[in-house]
Amino acid sequence: MRSPLWQLVLFRLRALYREPSTLFWIFAFPLLTSIALGVAFRNRDLAELSVAVADGPGAPELAACLEAAEGLRAERLPLEQARERLRVGRAALVVVPGEPPELIGDPTQPDGRTAKLLAVDALERENGRKDTRSYAAHSVNAPGARYIDFLIPGLLGMSLLSSGVWGIGWALVQMRHGKLLKRLAATPMRRGHFLLSFLLTRTALALVEMAFFVGFARLLFDVRVFGSSVELAGFGLLGSICCGGLGLLVASRSRTLEGASGLMNLATMPMMGLSGVFFSAAHFPSWMQPALKALPLTALNDGLRAIMIDGAGLEAIWLEGAILAAWGVLCYAAALKLFRWQ
Amino acid sequence: MSTPAIEVKGLVKRFDDVVAVDGIDLQIAQGECVGLLGPNGAGKTTTVEILEGLLPPSAGEVCVLGRSWATQAEEIRPRIGVALQETRFYEKLTVRETIELFRSFYRSGLEVDEAARLVQLEEKARAQVGKLSGGQRQRLALAVALVAEPELLFLDEPTTGLDPQSRRAMWDIIDSLKGRGRTVVLTTHYMEEAQVLCDRVVIVDHGKVVAQGTPAALIASLGGEQIIEFCTEPRLDPASLHSLPSLVRVREKNGGALLSVRELHVALPALLLAASQEGTRLVELSTRHATLDDVFLNLTGHSLREEQGP
Repeated sequence: MRSPLWQLVLFRLRALYREPSTLFWIFAFPLLTSIALGVAFRNRDLAELSVAVADGPGAPELAACLEAAEGLRAERLPLEQARERLRVGRAALVVVPGEPPELIGDPTQPDGRTAKLLAVDALERENGRKDTRSYAAHSVNAPGARYIDFLIPGLLGMSLLSSGVWGIGWALVQMRHGKLLKRLAATPMRRGHFLLSFLLTRTALALVEMAFFVGFARLLFDVRVFGSSVELAGFGLLGSICCGGLGLLVASRSRTLEGASGLMNLATMPMMGLSGVFFSAAHFPSWMQPALKALPLTALNDGLRAIMIDGAGLEAIWLEGAILAAWGVLCYAAALKLFRWQ
Repeated sequence: MSTPAIEVKGLVKRFDDVVAVDGIDLQIAQGECVGLLGPNGAGKTTTVEILEGLLPPSAGEVCVLGRSWATQAEEIRPRIGVALQETRFYEKLTVRETIELFRSFYRSGLEVDEAARLVQLEEKARAQVGKLSGGQRQRLALAVALVAEPELLFLDEPTTGLDPQSRRAMWDIIDSLKGRGRTVVLTTHYMEEAQVLCDRVVIVDHGKVVAQGTPAALIASLGGEQIIEFCTEPRLDPASLHSLPSLVRVREKNGGALLSVRELHVALPALLLAASQEGTRLVELSTRHATLDDVFLNLTGHSLREEQGP
């Protein structure tokens, strides 16, 4: 095929799949990150709280009663050792036999407070308290409500951002640094074809990235897409093209790889912390919220989460879409103005 | 002859406060092979990049193939071929894929394999660029420049950094590309290269043209076409050299001198006689034909081989 556009796209594709490190950052890195974080923050059963029962008259009965209570584990120890356990955090509560028994614990520790409530409840029942009502309790642990469900769209957004910025920016700076851009500028190549070849390749890769994310998240963590997959792809592509513009802009003038990588880190790193990738951006103070909402990665993450977790349609995330589009227009306009072929 | 391939008048290029090209006039006829010869930093590359349409001139007129870069760039680009001083083609593409990419930008031109064959890279066609030697990379740059079958070919330092064998191979290839009405403009700081390849040499120093002509005419302009280089111990009094027969010029150097003479067979015996009469001993003596380097040395007072600041 002689078409210059096709040849340029082939060039980009070959550069992509013949560079194993690129593939690592695009596919293996997010996969490993989500596995690590998914395991670290998985929802698991709470461990039983340890209660140290100090030696004394009635200690065996006390220990048996507490051991029988759900959520508690009791151990008999001399008083000094029991206090030591509490001090180093290996026991949540110390119970000293007596009439009534004495409870020693740290009420500012969640475990200490819970252990005290459970112990009092168990001892009261043992002492003959009658409950007036019984409650029906149901457990919830459904897909959509877990940390991993929150994390996956955030990681997808981050991945689209970094592969957009680095995928386009790094390639351009490398080509400028090696004078390949200058050499291309000496041919009749149409400048539009050149830009388009980057956008087409980016779009194709972004689709593969999204399919890969959604696929492994479903297989490994049972993360589901509650909204429409087509709308997810469409919104993700908008984000990907916007991030590509950011990459084009930061790489529009740099000649050195060092200078460019600094700029690209500057463009991506702060957003990874501020835009709700690993934790919700709502944790930041309220005066920061308008600024955070205006960041492209926040808009991308919020939109992806709305589609994946809340099952929202595109009409519900028009604002996020508009923010991304505005960033895209701004970046491309500035980049085309500033772009330097040598 | 029809319109010249290149016509340049009063070309000036300033970078911030450095004047890289300081008023160059140049006329290159179609079918000519012209070498811009000068040391590093003489302004050769800047001049050529302006001719290639990669840099705008600060002042002066530039006409390439009868057209102006400012208004008719689209008409010039398909007709020229360019090999920059150093281009790092993408390392993971093969030779063939690289040539094919560049071929796609032109409406007409060579077949990809033909371009590879012209630069003797057909056996490396499937090798990735990253695996090529320096000489092979330079040849790839040449193939990429040739793929459009350009009327006008620019070669910026085509053999810089190559070992003598690769350089000679490159000369053979470039030599085979001349003719068929193709104009070749090359820059070099190797005088042998200009002497071997070029119909005409334009000597450039400090952004100015110092001399131009065929290599033979430039050498003849020295007056003495033979060079005697010698050293003596102790140092021979330069005054005793001025009476040597057929002497054109004396240039002193460490412990001896460089003599330009018209006739070796009369100058040399006289030099030997003078040396023994003065009671000095010859420790070095060689004779050779004058080269473009001697021309350059004579015109500028420094050698091509010395590194020059811009």
